[in-house]
Amino acid sequence: MSATNLPDAEALVSQLLEQLRPAVGPDTAFVGIRTGGAWLAERLHQELGIGVPLGILDVSFYRDDYDQRGLKPDVRPSEIPFEVEGRDIVLIDDVLYTGRTIRAAVNELFDYGRPARIRLAALVDRGGRELPVAAAFVGAVISLPGQESVNLERDAEGHFRLSVRRH
Amino acid sequence: MQTNPQLDKVGRLQHLLSIEGLPAAILTQILDTAASFVGVTEREVKKVPLLRGKAIFNLFFEPSTRTRTTFEIAAKRLSADVVNLNISTSSQTKGESLLDTIDNLSAMHADMFIVRHAQSGAPYLIARHLRPGIHVINAGDGRHAHPTQALLDMYTIRHFKKQFGGLRVAIVGDLLHSRVARSQIHALSILGVPEIRVIAPKTLLPAHVERLGVHVFHDMAEGLRDVDVVLMLRLQNERMQGALLPSAQEYFKYYGLTPDKLARARADAIVMHPGPMNRGVEIDSAVADGPQSVILPQVTFGIAVRMAVMSILAGS
Amino acid sequence: MKIHIKGGRLIDPRNGLDGVRDLYIAAGKVVGVGGTPAGFTPNRVIDASGLVVCPGLIDLSARLREPGFEHKATLESEVRAAIAGGVTSLACPPDTDPPLDEPGLVEMLKHKAKILNQAHVYPVGALSQGLKGERLTEMAELRDAGCIAYSHADAPITDTLVLMRALQYAATFGFSVWLRPEDAFLARNGVAHDGEVAARLGLAGIPVVAETVAVARILQLARVTGARVHLCRLSSAEGVSMVRDAKEQGLPVTCDVGINHVYLSEMDIGYFDSNARLIPPLRAARDRDALLQGLRDGAIDALCSDHTPVDDDAKQIPFGESEPGATGLELLLPLALKWAEESGASLLEALAKVTDAPGRIMGIDAGHLSPGATADICVFDPEAWWKVEPKALLSQGKNTPFLGLEVRGRTRWTLVGGHVVFEA
Repeated sequence: MSATNLPDAEALVSQLLEQLRPAVGPDTAFVGIRTGGAWLAERLHQELGIGVPLGILDVSFYRDDYDQRGLKPDVRPSEIPFEVEGRDIVLIDDVLYTGRTIRAAVNELFDYGRPARIRLAALVDRGGRELPVAAAFVGAVISLPGQESVNLERDAEGHFRLSVRRH
Repeated sequence: MQTNPQLDKVGRLQHLLSIEGLPAAILTQILDTAASFVGVTEREVKKVPLLRGKAIFNLFFEPSTRTRTTFEIAAKRLSADVVNLNISTSSQTKGESLLDTIDNLSAMHADMFIVRHAQSGAPYLIARHLRPGIHVINAGDGRHAHPTQALLDMYTIRHFKKQFGGLRVAIVGDLLHSRVARSQIHALSILGVPEIRVIAPKTLLPAHVERLGVHVFHDMAEGLRDVDVVLMLRLQNERMQGALLPSAQEYFKYYGLTPDKLARARADAIVMHPGPMNRGVEIDSAVADGPQSVILPQVTFGIAVRMAVMSILAGS
Repeated sequence: MKIHIKGGRLIDPRNGLDGVRDLYIAAGKVVGVGGTPAGFTPNRVIDASGLVVCPGLIDLSARLREPGFEHKATLESEVRAAIAGGVTSLACPPDTDPPLDEPGLVEMLKHKAKILNQAHVYPVGALSQGLKGERLTEMAELRDAGCIAYSHADAPITDTLVLMRALQYAATFGFSVWLRPEDAFLARNGVAHDGEVAARLGLAGIPVVAETVAVARILQLARVTGARVHLCRLSSAEGVSMVRDAKEQGLPVTCDVGINHVYLSEMDIGYFDSNARLIPPLRAARDRDALLQGLRDGAIDALCSDHTPVDDDAKQIPFGESEPGATGLELLLPLALKWAEESGASLLEALAKVTDAPGRIMGIDAGHLSPGATADICVFDPEAWWKVEPKALLSQGKNTPFLGLEVRGRTRWTLVGGHVVFEA
């Protein structure tokens, strides 16, 4: 997939908003996964006027590749400013790929309490799952060769853009 | 001549033996990572699974309950397995050499050793002897270094003062015998604190201490003037025996931190102490329990900082 | 055995010789320097072209570790190391176990060395019984047994009156007393020079004043007792300065410095390298520079190895607990040459510091190649580089701060009493 036929990120955001709007309630909490998922969650949280304060997860301490890659240098604290126990949570990430990040995020959330439900919202699902993880809300499904990754960018005005990087 | 065993060829931290020689980026990374762990310690579930399956051995050749306990708690909160060894009571007295003890323990699949020893330099000997992949954290060696204490002190300063630039910091007390002070001086210097003062009688200062980049004061009132952070050091009773000081009373009168001496510092100055405190010797209770004291938060931060150090080492 | 050493650069500091000259040996003595003696038919010819021929080196301090410390080294192994290093005469300090305070022990040591028939071993007798600093030893008896001087090794003499009496007694017989200047109280518990490095590394320091206070004490006592005093192993700039002044005032005092202290400083402790744990400690760069200068201007008379073999177990422990000392017999020659190179001194001046000067200090007729002298000779390659590593050293002591470094100067032949005792 090249830059020319990548979906427009802003359009995908609108898609997600339409899917989420009927699916959230007054006590639903949004939790974004750093970094792209946190940006996305911020936007969705604001656009939908979610009442419960936004949660941000840094999954560095829960990743399964610590032995291979160590701790990344820019770990930041997670912030979950609401009670997780019994909560309806929408977990938000920019790109869903192997599912390992989501697994780490779910494990981390459970260390805050026992949620009533966690549903996953992803801007882009690029396939290639290595764990049994599925998103309830998806902006677009795309396919990419393994050596390429798709990333979310945010400009100074807060507009989103998708880009592809080759490794 | 040996190379600095703390860093590997690409500059990653392999052991934490001393603050000296570490780049600011590594110190900052430790402090930043510690901030994340502070959040964890405030949760209901205070553990993360990061070091699950790893074996951490607390090797204390010098007894200590406080430091050992903090390391143990830190390791357990990382889900590591912890083994406590008080060597002072077992194999060393049977005459087993330090390196033989290490070899025996390494054979038990240790991933990390936390070492406290009465001799300066002992952790270096151990680190040089271990095969790559086993990490050493210095929990205090003789008079030389106590890097995790200095790091938690830096974390505390950053927490309350937000940044290191523009600060005046005073270290008060027995620097001659203090591994904490040496590590603090290096950390403050590396992190860019522009003015580091030491306040002590001449008998308690090491030779050429000013070459470490500090201003020396013998008059505490002078030394504390306009200071932002006061780091107090513990005075041990033995100092009176070594003809270094005449009495605890005279020491307290001239070098003890009392409210009136603290008043010379800035109104928002913070007071720190590595503990345990000798109330009425180096610090007055009114100050230790007063509004400017941040001695209790230091303890909480200590666990998070040690979690950060272990996480960074075990992953490298 | 008639030996002709031909084509070598003959350097004899005592006689001021430095040039290509042949050397002729017969019946254990030098019989000719330069021209062939009449009727001389050699049994053996040694081709020394490209090499230096000089008097066998004389080391003012080499611990052989016998009796008492045979797990560290033995007479046999260390004498073998000596001749491999071109050292043909050495003085061994009295701090054996038991200390060399009785004629019987001294005779036994001399006897053992004689049987080996390699280097000449000159015991230095204990100045006090048991090296306790309380009662005098029978210095005259010890002289008869073979002692060439008296010392207290590294043991303190805290009672100044005892020291004065010992010097007076030695002066009665004209004996020489060798003392390492260090005040026991000021040096107490110290493990490194009390300077910047010790401050940073948290090591207990031995201040310079521990040496200067002791130098002052010794010089004053030497002055009033008239004893012949030799100061061992100076380590500080102030110490050298005091000796220089005393010499200028006419006091007949001599002194030496150890090979490690002429090059290394407190910086060489690095990350707590126990190989740098020495007595006296390695001091600051300015002290080292003063020692270098002192050798140059004659304030310091001689260079010695201070050979002290230490077993590995005693070094592979934390710095403050490790045993001080370094192996040195095989490094005396290359480090003397290195001194010449770095200070701009001539090869002759450098060799004088390890042949002529120590020979005079010991009061033995050695360290020169005058006709009729005992044929103790070192033939070495001044250009040969070699790496200081355990397998290159014959001594049982493999501990030296120079480990891993390359040095220049390797002995090819050593002759003692006209016999080839070492051949590379």
